[in-house]
Amino acid sequence: MRERMPGKMHQDETRCKAVILTTHFNGWHGIYFKLNSNNMPTKTKQKEKTKNIVALTGDQAASEAMRQIDPDVVAAYPITPQTEIVMNFSQFVDDGKVSTEMIHVESEHSAMSACVGSAVSGARTMTATSANGLALMWEIVYIAASTRLPIVMPVVNRALSAPINIHCDHSDSMGARDSGWIQIYCENAQEVYENVIVAVKVAEHKKILLPVMVCQDGFITSHGVEGIEIFPDDKVKKFIGEYKLEHTLIDVDNPVTYGPLDLQDFYFEHKRQQSEAMKNAITTIPEVLAEFNRTFGKSHDLIEEYRLNDAQIGIVALSSTVGTTKTVVDELRKEGLKVGLLKPRFFRPFPKERITKALAGLKAVAVLDRSESFSNEGGPLFTEIKAALYESAKRPLVTNYIYGLGGRDIFPEDIKKVYKDLEDIKKNGKVGSLVNYLGVRD
Amino acid sequence: MANIKELSKIPERLTSGHRLCSGCGASIAVRQVLMGTTSPVVTAAATGCLEVATTIYPYTAWAVPFIHNAFENVAATISGAETAYRALKKKGKITKDIKFVAFGGDGGTYDIGLQSLSGALERGHNFVYVCYDNEAYMNTGIQRSGATPTGASTTTAPAGKVSYGKPQIRKDLTAIVAAHHIPYAAQGCISHWNDLVTKSQKAFAIEGPAFLNVFSPCHRGWRYPQSDTIKIAKLAVETGFWPLIEFENGKWSFTYRPKERKPVVEFLKTQGRFKHLFKEENKPVLGRIQKDIDTHWNYLEKLTQATSA
Ligand SMILES: Cc1ncc(C[n+]2csc(CCOP(=O)(O)OP(=O)(O)O)c2C)c(N)n1
Ligand code: SF4
Ligand SMILES: [Mg+2]
Repeated sequence: MRERMPGKMHQDETRCKAVILTTHFNGWHGIYFKLNSNNMPTKTKQKEKTKNIVALTGDQAASEAMRQIDPDVVAAYPITPQTEIVMNFSQFVDDGKVSTEMIHVESEHSAMSACVGSAVSGARTMTATSANGLALMWEIVYIAASTRLPIVMPVVNRALSAPINIHCDHSDSMGARDSGWIQIYCENAQEVYENVIVAVKVAEHKKILLPVMVCQDGFITSHGVEGIEIFPDDKVKKFIGEYKLEHTLIDVDNPVTYGPLDLQDFYFEHKRQQSEAMKNAITTIPEVLAEFNRTFGKSHDLIEEYRLNDAQIGIVALSSTVGTTKTVVDELRKEGLKVGLLKPRFFRPFPKERITKALAGLKAVAVLDRSESFSNEGGPLFTEIKAALYESAKRPLVTNYIYGLGGRDIFPEDIKKVYKDLEDIKKNGKVGSLVNYLGVRD
Repeated sequence: MANIKELSKIPERLTSGHRLCSGCGASIAVRQVLMGTTSPVVTAAATGCLEVATTIYPYTAWAVPFIHNAFENVAATISGAETAYRALKKKGKITKDIKFVAFGGDGGTYDIGLQSLSGALERGHNFVYVCYDNEAYMNTGIQRSGATPTGASTTTAPAGKVSYGKPQIRKDLTAIVAAHHIPYAAQGCISHWNDLVTKSQKAFAIEGPAFLNVFSPCHRGWRYPQSDTIKIAKLAVETGFWPLIEFENGKWSFTYRPKERKPVVEFLKTQGRFKHLFKEENKPVLGRIQKDIDTHWNYLEKLTQATSA
């Protein structure tokens, strides 16, 4: 079972038991899961009195977090595999479970445009998208960040066209990595739920004020059911607090002009301020995470190190592949191999210090990229990590594997092969091929 | 009917000192439209002459809240602001009654912004959309748009050895908007200020989306002396080149009918963009333009009769 479940989450036993599949097929191609008739989370098991574990998909986890956040405005347009977020949330709106005003826009370009108009008016604002949808809103994705609007957007990662493909890779959000948005990558649905909540607090932090993408793997996470711990509504509400914008567009007594023409004499300074906000983010996000951890009994950090302490070789990966890799690490550790794993949770801002420190002691590192950059120099995660290591006195040999494009499965065997290659690199003291492809027919 | 004494008491929302050309029709259109309400307004504009010339950082000519987002999305942007307003009002976080108005050029409305406008109209947001129509992309240097009339020479459809300018007819945007069956849509012209302000008053007063297509001459693009803006605007109305019509609760009507429509050449001959049409070889085009205007006028007559019952 596990072997045939590529990319599935690495879960503790409690959670696994809590998964109850009250699902039936719904919609085209029978891919969609639906929980009960009204899409409401099913209460499954109250393992401990304090923990509320429910069976949810990644998309449902995102919409459940949105229900608890109860944003003032949501403007969104459906696209597979994000659609369920929009559908679930629309149901919450129409059942009166949230106070949100929903804008059923006619395109993603208008979704992000309306989000800008709404956020600038002082309303807590959210949307969600995938792939072509993100590509269509591109122009306004930059405008949202540059206008410093704390919009939160779950992104359900899907391959960009062409050829058209609805399955997971990171080509959509990776292309937007320099748009000025904060990016969080989620290992599983639990993280989706938690990171959407964290994202609101991060985005709206006075020292940051930047929009946040919360990325999860299309279908693998978005449509896979997990047992998820859901926090009490009031606790979430208290944690995120109120959205208060200093100068709102609709404050008619204190008129402000937003979006002016900004020429050679000021544009650069404004861009400089924007970089400063991203710099603030790298020091401020850990404070927000610490508060989150205190409140909800979690241990989130900018990165997650998995059995890396005494490791000699390691993999760096994002999102659901982390779960598969953890399983492999455990297996190889049993065989006595000193292997480890690094998961950057945040990709923007790029946690450089933390990453280089975590990798410094290793002999060889493989970076797994679920997207191509077409630079011939490897995927975006790889080139950034390689560049970050340049200044380290002690740095491992690095190699890159591009995998999983268009939803191609990645199996534990694939990851074992990477660790085996790393063993060779360690032994030989040199990297053979810098950029490699995993699981593709050449 | 607007009363000029009353109107003069409304504070200026778009103040002087902006950098639109002197004699620019756009600022006149904006000021007349904004006289249509005494309520607080939140304004938005699409990229174009109006936006770039009124908001050069660190200055702004807007004495009221203003947002520019991008070229093709002013209707979606104002949708977001208007929805935020409703959301926050519902929660008691804002108490004032506010009006929302979006301005787009013909490029930002007839062409690249048509989808976003259509979506906002269909969703029924409570806002007024104003197209200040100067019949080309002026901000980027007088390129043709879907609003450019037949025979006009623009920088992307110039008159040349084998071309008389734009060969196509312009889109009937007001009819496209009316096809959304919104409560109110109208065509106005800056030369007929009373007509336009009255239309604007209606547009602001109704609940739901309202649309004004305002004829706004541009002396740079049309090539005439800057002092002639109003004169030329008036000729457009008097020749039937720009009919003053209104679509109110499903009924079409003329709000002004020239006693006798002047020949369209009276309008065309005032502007450099049509100069080449008066060459011998282009005379048939002049005939075609007149015929198109007559046909459209007759169509409007029938439309008003058909919907008047
Ligand atoms: C997506 C996009 N495409 C093109 C442009 C370039 N552009 C800016 S304004 C403009 C023309 C504006 O024309 P119009 O809407 O008629 O307003 P005007 O300048 O005539 O007042 C163009 C083509 C842009 N800013 N954004
Ligand atoms: S170019 Fe035309 S539209 Fe633009 S500011 Fe000048 S007169 Fe107005
Ligand atoms: Mg124009």
